[in-house]
Amino acid sequence: MSYTAKIITGLALGLALTLPARAQVKAGQPFPALSGHSLEGTLPDITGKVVLVDFWATWCAPCKASFPAYSELQREFADRGFILLAVSIDKTAAPYDEFLQRFKPSFRTVRDGAQKLVAEVRAPAMPTSYLIDRRGIVRSVHSGFHGDATLKTLHEEITRLLEEKP
Amino acid sequence: MKTKLRLFLVLAGLAALLSGCTTVQPWERATLADYTMRPDRDPLHNAMFEHMYFSCEAATGGRGVGGSGCGCN
Repeated sequence: MSYTAKIITGLALGLALTLPARAQVKAGQPFPALSGHSLEGTLPDITGKVVLVDFWATWCAPCKASFPAYSELQREFADRGFILLAVSIDKTAAPYDEFLQRFKPSFRTVRDGAQKLVAEVRAPAMPTSYLIDRRGIVRSVHSGFHGDATLKTLHEEITRLLEEKP
Repeated sequence: MKTKLRLFLVLAGLAALLSGCTTVQPWERATLADYTMRPDRDPLHNAMFEHMYFSCEAATGGRGVGGSGCGCN
């Protein structure tokens, strides 16, 4: 290998290492374990449950707009084995605490202050929600919150997943 | 030897510049989403900027308003 070729190969390798190595979590793939990401708050036991993991932030307007709809979903499906877990990606606790005190959501919320979990799943937008079946497999990914359209789709999908046998 | 050194320096510089490019991930946009980042956060600034704009361009209402500055409406 010539000197020039060696230099170019070395530089190309160096550049390749700077590219993001992980890929987004998509439908059909297992969702990462919630433990081990330094999430702040009490994690629910999601074993054998249909779970909607929603990544949100206090600086994201559509995220906050989704909360009433998600409260409605939680109220409707909670006693059938459905858990809605809202994962805030706020780095600081103050705006997170303030928002929760004001809104008082009926579903569980935790804070991913270190942004480890959201970086692992590589959420494509804010908000992004992952609907996970009873076996821990992601069945659908919803980027953004589009009001009634998102709510209707989620309602149908959750109903279908709850009817599936464990 | 000089050519090789020059080539190495150019490629090294290029690599350093290219590896500095990054994409701000959706979960990293808290600062960008801040109110102070909005271009229209200050109505007075907007009014002054518009005044300067139409003074320079002689195009009153030429920004986002039907009719432009042609005087035909």
